[in-house]
Amino acid sequence: MEILVVGLNHKTAPIEIRERVAFDGQKIFDALRILRESEVVRESIILSTCNRVEVYAGVKDGEDGAEFIKGFFSDFHNIPRELLDKSLYVYHGAEAIRHIFRVSSSLDSMIVGEPQILGQVKDAFSLSLKSKNTGVVLNRLMEKASSVAKRIRTETRIAESAVSISFAAVELAKKIFGDLSVKSFMLIGAGEMAELATRHLINNGVKDVSVTNRTYERAEELAREFGGRPVRFDNLLDELKHIDIVICSTGAPNYILTKQDLQRIMKQRKQKPMFIIDISVPRNIDPKINDLDNVYLYDIDDLQGVIELNIQARNREAQKAEEIVTAEVESFLRWKASLSAVPTIVALRDKAEMIRKGELEKALRKLGPLGEEQIKTIDYLTKAIVNKLVHPPTVALKFEQEDKDELIATIRKLYGLNSEKG
Amino acid sequence: MEINVLLFELALTFYLLSTITGVIELFRRRKATSNATRYLAIIGFLFHSANIVVRYIQGGHIPIMTIHEASSFFSWCILLLFFFHEYRYRLGLLGSFIMPIVFILMLSSSIFPREIKALSPVLKSYWFGIHVTLAFVGDAAFAMACGIGIMYLVQERYVKSKHLSRLFQKLPSLETLDAINYHLITLGFPLLTLAIITGAIWANTAWGTFWRWDPKEVWSLITWLIYALLLHLRLSYGWRGRKASILSIGGFLFILFTFFGVSLVMKGFHVFG
Repeated sequence: MEILVVGLNHKTAPIEIRERVAFDGQKIFDALRILRESEVVRESIILSTCNRVEVYAGVKDGEDGAEFIKGFFSDFHNIPRELLDKSLYVYHGAEAIRHIFRVSSSLDSMIVGEPQILGQVKDAFSLSLKSKNTGVVLNRLMEKASSVAKRIRTETRIAESAVSISFAAVELAKKIFGDLSVKSFMLIGAGEMAELATRHLINNGVKDVSVTNRTYERAEELAREFGGRPVRFDNLLDELKHIDIVICSTGAPNYILTKQDLQRIMKQRKQKPMFIIDISVPRNIDPKINDLDNVYLYDIDDLQGVIELNIQARNREAQKAEEIVTAEVESFLRWKASLSAVPTIVALRDKAEMIRKGELEKALRKLGPLGEEQIKTIDYLTKAIVNKLVHPPTVALKFEQEDKDELIATIRKLYGLNSEKG
Repeated sequence: MEINVLLFELALTFYLLSTITGVIELFRRRKATSNATRYLAIIGFLFHSANIVVRYIQGGHIPIMTIHEASSFFSWCILLLFFFHEYRYRLGLLGSFIMPIVFILMLSSSIFPREIKALSPVLKSYWFGIHVTLAFVGDAAFAMACGIGIMYLVQERYVKSKHLSRLFQKLPSLETLDAINYHLITLGFPLLTLAIITGAIWANTAWGTFWRWDPKEVWSLITWLIYALLLHLRLSYGWRGRKASILSIGGFLFILFTFFGVSLVMKGFHVFG
């Protein structure tokens, strides 16, 4: 059986196509049924996320399989083949295994090291498993894929540092304050990015939240949303002396906080550190504020710079991850090669013979001196028993045609022939 | 080689190894060496403790008579505090900043003569043990505060300059470092105060006068004033963070001078031996 990947992702297909080939909602069950009932595909998994749609399959013949799955994409979604063929990629054998490992470890993701993909791969697998679309080979492959992803996560640092503005803000806040649960936070203004960062701060322990806005009703609305306290914009300077973390995102054309303001505030709060994030464009907070002691001011470009460096660091780590993938692909191929009949028969016979010899020696030692004829008889007896026991599995391995992988895997398991684990 | 010398050399060697892994840790990506730094320090500490016990038994008194002994006992006290903080707060990279201080003190100790001296009669006092123990533990707290202060300055530099390197990821948060720095100063300061007071009481029983303006006394007083100032500025004017760190590094330099400089350069009855 050959392992095959057919699919498209954010690099090969624009969003318009990805939307059309996505297997969302109920569609995936129909799709899995079609693959299950096909003669060409023996095992299958469908992975459908917003960045990629892929079918992982075990097929009798690679070329037929690829052709079938491409046709399946086209028929199922009613998209002309010519349109799909430009976007679809096909990987066979070792390359397919490598691709699956890279996807699970998020090496193939838009942002290397992003944490969601492994969960999505696992969900896709468990859905296929439940629908009985998978068998020995894909089951083993997907287990291996998650363990490779975990190994890469612990042995490299591809997932370590923040790569989005809001996460970078949280990471910095933690490096300034340590424990965020005793810190107070204020959101000045509104905006998608600012609200997302607020959400992340709250998820990371911040409890004391206040919101201010030029329109007080808007402040009230947002305060309700975050379980915080609305503050009148005119009281801003007064309130800030109690605030440790500030996110500012307003449409003001000028600085709403000057160096003198903050100097006074810092004196009032006895120089307790303040972390101020100004994501407004144009900037709303005087950049000179960063020169003050114990004040840390980051604007949108500063955060962007932090992320840029983190992404570079992740890409460097990805090199190491690729080496791990290469090693794991080889180990999987070794396991798969063991899934053919001849080496299994040999292994089974060797094992039986080893057991027979060992037991025979023990018995002869216990029996003491025996005549040559007697030894011959005992030897013959053990050989006969072993041969009779090994004969039926050998015959099955030689002649069974359907589900041979399954059979081989079962026999290897029953007789403890798997030299390689994990 | 005498057993106590052998133990000392072993301790010194393990502290060197621990310092090396500590420095490597600053530049490496992996976490593996962090344990190495700690365990090498622990092994060194065991040899070091044995060395102190052996010298105690051989000399019949707490071994802080010579500058060799004093310097070695000083590093021993720092390590005690280091292990406590490492265990309590699990601060990343603490060893990388403390072990070099420990190693340098031990190295200085190793260049001085190592024979065990008999206790001079004037030192055979109940107050003597209390005085020196308080002084050493206090100074060790200040040494730790200096190491933590350096960590703070490094981390602060990253956050302020917005260039977040790998080291930034591994170092503890600014507030954690500042809080520990403060608590070390509040530990060291009363100990130093008590050391000066017990020293004065002892001087009075030994020489009939509380204070003799001997260089060590003067420099200890200066050190005491620096830390008093540090605490005052912090509590009244909010001199925390960077300023507090710089002051605690400066204060420790004064301690080192009081410790080595005064003993070697100036004459006085605090001189060892």
